[in-house]
Amino acid sequence: MDFLRPASWEEALAAKAAHPAAVPIAGGTDVMVEINFDLRRPDHLLDLGRVAELREWEVGERTVRLGASVPYTQIMAELRHDLPGLALASHTVASPQIRNRGSVGGNLGTASPAGDAHPALLAAGCEVEVESRARGSRRVPIDAFFTGVKRNALAPDELIRAVHIDRADGPQQFSKVGTRNAMVIAVCAFSLALHPESRTVRTGIGSAAPTPIRARAAEEFLNAALEEGGFWDTGEAVPPSIGARFAGLASGACNPIDDVRGSAAYRRHAIGVLARRTLTWCWESYRESERRAPCA
Amino acid sequence: MRVNLRVNGRPRQVDDVWEGESLLYVLRERMGLPGSKNACEQGECGSCSVRLDDVLVCSCLVAAGQAEGREVLTVEGLPGASAPSSALSSDPSGDSSEDDRSGELAPIQQAFIDAGAVQCGFCTPGLLVAADDLLRRDSDPSDADIREALSGNLCRCTGYEKILDAVRLAAARGETRRREGG
Ligand SMILES: Cc1cc2nc3c(=O)[nH]c(=O)nc-3n(C[C@H](O)[C@H](O)[C@H](O)COP(=O)(O)OP(=O)(O)OC[C@H]3O[C@@H](n4cnc5c(N)ncnc54)[C@H](O)[C@@H]3O)c2cc1C
Ligand code: FES
Ligand code: FES
Repeated sequence: MDFLRPASWEEALAAKAAHPAAVPIAGGTDVMVEINFDLRRPDHLLDLGRVAELREWEVGERTVRLGASVPYTQIMAELRHDLPGLALASHTVASPQIRNRGSVGGNLGTASPAGDAHPALLAAGCEVEVESRARGSRRVPIDAFFTGVKRNALAPDELIRAVHIDRADGPQQFSKVGTRNAMVIAVCAFSLALHPESRTVRTGIGSAAPTPIRARAAEEFLNAALEEGGFWDTGEAVPPSIGARFAGLASGACNPIDDVRGSAAYRRHAIGVLARRTLTWCWESYRESERRAPCA
Repeated sequence: MRVNLRVNGRPRQVDDVWEGESLLYVLRERMGLPGSKNACEQGECGSCSVRLDDVLVCSCLVAAGQAEGREVLTVEGLPGASAPSSALSSDPSGDSSEDDRSGELAPIQQAFIDAGAVQCGFCTPGLLVAADDLLRRDSDPSDADIREALSGNLCRCTGYEKILDAVRLAAARGETRRREGG
């Protein structure tokens, strides 16, 4: 095994071009488990730890450019306002030790259907900036990023540089089912983002299909129901019938499996519950913000 | 490969490190620092917790090569480097002689003993490093803060109550020291 230690982004791309099978290692919280348990013996480990720019972020006018290696702890502490859904999701990852190292870039690299960043990214809306030495940089919309169970849209010679996430323009929530509050892989997870500027909602579902997915039919239904009822303007409470229908459609989007963490039927049911709850929470905070600052 | 790093304030060099080796392995097997424990090697138990450049991490999930040129603090280094106010010895019984540093305990270690927070002791080094890390950031943590800060550390013996007592005790003693202008 070789341990490659590029000191810059350019060097990292060159190393990946020279050794496309090299395994990048950022926080190491997925990679090291596999190595410790002999599940992976790559010829090359490509340490991204010295590429300082990967640990930086920048809040722009409409988006946050989040470097691939920014650890969850930092997202919770510094980006709660701009990326509330992702900050909530980050807080549910594992433990302080893991959150101090684990990153969104690593979560996307692993592309597990249970990765907690994914539902929040799907709901907020984002693009993944990936780059290779041969073909330069490209942006992959998050909706096209997950291509199968633990598979993503990266080519072998590409690395993830950053994630461009839309700044929140309304309330966002993330909710996860597990046996305790820490150190738990999601049985299933759901994220909801209200986008008052475009008067749309977006969702993300984790651990209830081969890949993280959006509940498109549920989104379309809720978009139409909120528009028709004039709810964005009046800020009135959304009637339970709408919440129930939204929940049913979210359940319907799932394509889960039975496994040790839960049955498919339970996951489908739980996603409906989480969808209804997150809608209630988000809509309550939307109403509060409307009451505090009514439109001129 | 060769790895250079600072451990508990001292520069160290290790040779023949396998590229896939963890920092935990290097500490225990190559440097003779067995304080950090190996229980799960998958980030679940926290018994291998150390500070890497002042950040609390599971050393079993850090590749040794990633620690190149960095500063590591293990439980063995706690007496010399724990929470700021603790530089002064807090040991009220005053057994340890001034110049015998090996007998000195960090305030968090003394608090674990006094609160009866140690049973088999296997989880203790990781909990000490994690609790000390909390008190460095927050000298007066709430119970919820303590529980969250220690949520990555498993203990099979104590049922955690005495451990929470120990952290509260260390925080209270730190407060007293500060008030007395320590
Ligand atoms: C005890 C424990 C509990 C956990 N709990 C959770 C949890 O609750 N929720 C959750 O979502 N995850 C959890 N995880 C998994 C893990 O912490 C996350 O997936 C984390 O986001 C991985 O980030 P990392 O930086 O450590 O990735 P690494 O382990 O360094 O890398 C992960 C993968 O991404 C690739 N990669 C990393 N960076 C790049 C890049 N820039 N470009 C291309 N590929 C890249 C690597 O090659 C590897 O395949 C847990 C892990 C452990 C050990
Ligand atoms: S040995 Fe590292 S967390 Fe258990
Ligand atoms: S004292 Fe035995 S595991 Fe904690």
